[in-house]
Amino acid sequence: MPAKEYVGLSQINGPLIFIQKPTNVGYNEVVEIMIRNEKRLGQVVQISDQMAMIQVFEGTNGLTIDKTRVKFLGKPLMIKVSDEMLGRIFNGIGQPIDNGPEILTGDSRDMNGSPINPVSRMYPRNFIQTGISAIDALMTLIRGQKLPIFSGNGLPHNRIAVQITKQAKLKGEEAGNFAIVFAAMGIKHDEANFIRESLEQSGAIKNTIMFLNLADDPAIERIATPRVALTAAEYLAFDKNLHVLVLLTDMTNYCEALRELATARGEVPSRKGYPGYLYSDLASVYERAGMIKDRNGSITQIPILSMPNDDITHPIPDLTGYITEGQIVLNRDLNRKGIYPPIGVLQSLSRLMKDGIGKGYTRDDHPHVSSQLFASYSRVQEVKALASIIGEEELTDSDKSYLRFGEAFENEFLKQGEDEDRSIEETLDLGWKLLGYLPKIELTRVSEKEIADHYKEIKEI
Amino acid sequence: MDKTGEMYFINGPVVKAKKMTGFMMHEMVLVGNVKLTGEIISLEGDDATIQVYEETTGLKPGEPVSGTGDLLSVTLGPGLIGSVFDGIQRPLDVLKAQSGDFLERGVIANALDMKKAWDVQMPNVKNGDQVVGGQVIATVKETSSVIHKIMIPPSISGIAQNVKSSGKYTIDTSLMTVTSDDGDHEIKLYQRWPVRIPRPYIERLAPKEPLVTGIRVIDTLFPISKGGTAAIPGGFGTGKTVVQHQLAKWADADVIIYIGCGERGNEMTEVLEEFPQLIDPRNGKPLMERTILIANTSNMPVSAREASIYTGITMAEYFRDMGYNVALMADSTSRWAEALREISGRLEEMPAEEGFPPYLASRIGDFYERAGRAKVIGDDQRIGSVSVIGAVSPPGGDFSEPVTTGTKRFIRCFWELDRQLANARHHPSINWLDSYSEYTSELKAWVSKNVDEKFYNMRDRFMQILTEDDTLQQIIKLVGEDVLPDGQKLIVRVANMIKVGYLQQDAFSDVDSNCQLKKQDEMLKIILNYYDRANKLVSKGVVVSEVLDDDIVNTIMRMKENIPNDKIEAFKDVETKINEFFDQLDKKYQVSVEA
Repeated sequence: MPAKEYVGLSQINGPLIFIQKPTNVGYNEVVEIMIRNEKRLGQVVQISDQMAMIQVFEGTNGLTIDKTRVKFLGKPLMIKVSDEMLGRIFNGIGQPIDNGPEILTGDSRDMNGSPINPVSRMYPRNFIQTGISAIDALMTLIRGQKLPIFSGNGLPHNRIAVQITKQAKLKGEEAGNFAIVFAAMGIKHDEANFIRESLEQSGAIKNTIMFLNLADDPAIERIATPRVALTAAEYLAFDKNLHVLVLLTDMTNYCEALRELATARGEVPSRKGYPGYLYSDLASVYERAGMIKDRNGSITQIPILSMPNDDITHPIPDLTGYITEGQIVLNRDLNRKGIYPPIGVLQSLSRLMKDGIGKGYTRDDHPHVSSQLFASYSRVQEVKALASIIGEEELTDSDKSYLRFGEAFENEFLKQGEDEDRSIEETLDLGWKLLGYLPKIELTRVSEKEIADHYKEIKEI
Repeated sequence: MDKTGEMYFINGPVVKAKKMTGFMMHEMVLVGNVKLTGEIISLEGDDATIQVYEETTGLKPGEPVSGTGDLLSVTLGPGLIGSVFDGIQRPLDVLKAQSGDFLERGVIANALDMKKAWDVQMPNVKNGDQVVGGQVIATVKETSSVIHKIMIPPSISGIAQNVKSSGKYTIDTSLMTVTSDDGDHEIKLYQRWPVRIPRPYIERLAPKEPLVTGIRVIDTLFPISKGGTAAIPGGFGTGKTVVQHQLAKWADADVIIYIGCGERGNEMTEVLEEFPQLIDPRNGKPLMERTILIANTSNMPVSAREASIYTGITMAEYFRDMGYNVALMADSTSRWAEALREISGRLEEMPAEEGFPPYLASRIGDFYERAGRAKVIGDDQRIGSVSVIGAVSPPGGDFSEPVTTGTKRFIRCFWELDRQLANARHHPSINWLDSYSEYTSELKAWVSKNVDEKFYNMRDRFMQILTEDDTLQQIIKLVGEDVLPDGQKLIVRVANMIKVGYLQQDAFSDVDSNCQLKKQDEMLKIILNYYDRANKLVSKGVVVSEVLDDDIVNTIMRMKENIPNDKIEAFKDVETKINEFFDQLDKKYQVSVEA
């Protein structure tokens, strides 16, 4: 059946165009918009027998009411997926922008994907060693997990993300059949370049697919970018059995594009003007991480988002945190102190670590050490608050030991080099060493046997 | 049955159709050429608005909408237990068999296995007997934990005819015909019931018995009754889901219904992998043998999320009608409320607070009021209960938002999860000052009789110590602990003992994950005995460091992990050890005082 083509629009409003009395047009169908010799893509976002509402990914700049031609393609937005995509660079809707050839072979897949049936999922348990102590010990990344980095402007989230991609490996196994899918939404050219160059240096670039929608690219295109990227990732993971690490940055820009579109559609806003379905929409992106029974690949997602004004209760980090399996929160105070990576451990969390650490996975004492470090570091904050009022001299001996522990924890445990790749054993031993600053009686989260095996008190320096 | 309308508008999960005269409100309809399941949510003139339970991509104006003649209903019969359903009761394993690892659209699946033959016992009813709605006419051993009672549907009563004898039957078999005034009704192993209508009962009863959860902070401080309602509000990462999972594992209910409503896929997988391995402490059988799961994860269609809550509670009521104690966990009701908001937004209804529709609170109320302990219909005096525990996920952890405040009006237990406790990895992070339970006075009689007369007195003393500690903590924050008089220092230390040694409970510990009431009772006694004896000495002027012996404190802090539920007698040793320690101190200071 030849695709239907319409000439002329009835209305253009922000990123939306309207066509009167369309026939045989389906919801979510993809459309081609032609103006002069330029071709753009759009998607039907609302349809009635009177009117089709279409969002234009590349924006409506330069479109005219009379000359614009619109062709309905009768299918949702599909992208071609194949092995040839590895090492290539695409724009936000999956068209090559590296001067290479079009992707011709391969399956066409609906970029929206389909939800994984919960009974088909396999519960993720494999520990990924990132070589970053704070993450490995305290908010362990698990293969198949979605673990976002909550960052802020000026914080080194990109460096951390790159370090993770460079160092990530399963325990006792060299990085083998892995791939990286990198989706950029509205980030700066510099950031995109930094990430690409880092991947080039480490040689990972040939296993990487990049989808770039940069800050000066059309905003509406961003709505498609993570979906296109995840469609490629699903192909690599579940058809090609690769372990795929997906970096999505910056989700805040994605959500803003969504808000822009919702506002143009005249929808009832909920918090801070974001649409009421922001949760469901984000879930349709994040939930595409995971593992499937009887298939060998996996999708591990590390979305990065910058918290507007460092506010973790802002709808974007808030809803993200409700969907993802934990979060790595970066802390501006630590960053100011020159501590890299500046991970605010108390606010951070990995929900899947409980089943992927300890006996048979990392080391028997891992769960308890990690719990003890959390509890002790949390106490450090209380003692610090007290010390700032009554002065350090007035503290009890036990409280003073917490201050020493806190100092050492930040400078020795959290702080590490960008190329420093610590094994989980090194990390845990370091944790035990620092717990030596505390008197034995304070260690209530570890067992007596573990104390006997690992604990060594550090006397006055 | 042949009624057909025509679609003319599509926006996400909401579609509108014309030529719909004759359709019922809340009728289940099949939408479009691919026959997606939907439900009519408003009728106006010749037009109907329909919420569609599947992804609407590709639907076109002009496609048909056909009626089913049924309200949105669930199928109730043997085969429910151990199953995993989506929000509109399609079994997910059947969907997997039909469409693979990813969910496809327009797949029709029977909720229950129609081919499986069940061993049906029918001892009581004979031809010519009078039967009434709710009467148990047959039993099926559905799993090793649950005897499924086949009941006459609520609205039917009359004379039994063609009664089959015991045997192996599929659920579609007619067990008997009931002749009533309005004709003959075939009674099969299953019945259908519309999800939005509560199943009838004879009379609501007062809550008397606790729903023992094995979680100390709940059972001791903020208990819930069988037939009670509770809400667990908490920001992300505060441990709502872990608490819900703990409840599903250890609550002493006969049947557990767990609704994953708009939550993570991996969480459902975790339950699916874990529950068959876990052993029900009541009877030694796998926990899955008493559990029904409803999984409508966050990336599954939003309107099915709205329906999942009703699907779950209708099943709960059905098992209540058999005389069972059912516990239903809904994680999370906020996602359900958001589904309401999303549909309401697409309908362009006038929003109330934060974009939620104005009828939000009344919907929440309707849902929680379906919980309760009741004398159920039938010919014998069965009593059953439905307890409902709903998680609430307030945006930004702000408890003044509409879903939390709306929920608070209709529940009687409020277990508030505290961000600061969670950050310090104090789990379960239920705040002991802001949480409450209205059931304590009603449950006191049962606990006094079955556990310990003094249990609730001890509980009250715990609360006193914790409240006093809270005041003292404010002072400590300002001037440090050193300036407190010794009596108050002791309170702070004992409060810490309660927090760390009693309220903290590791959900993943082999020993301490589930703590039975007897063990809780022993632990209460030991901590309070320590406090009383220490306090006696300190008030005589003994310095507080004397009573804070490392070994004794350590013993108390670790008794939860060292003594399992089935070795309660070991608490005697702890008690003796503490008493000997204090006897010695008493002697020492007695001597010095006399000298």
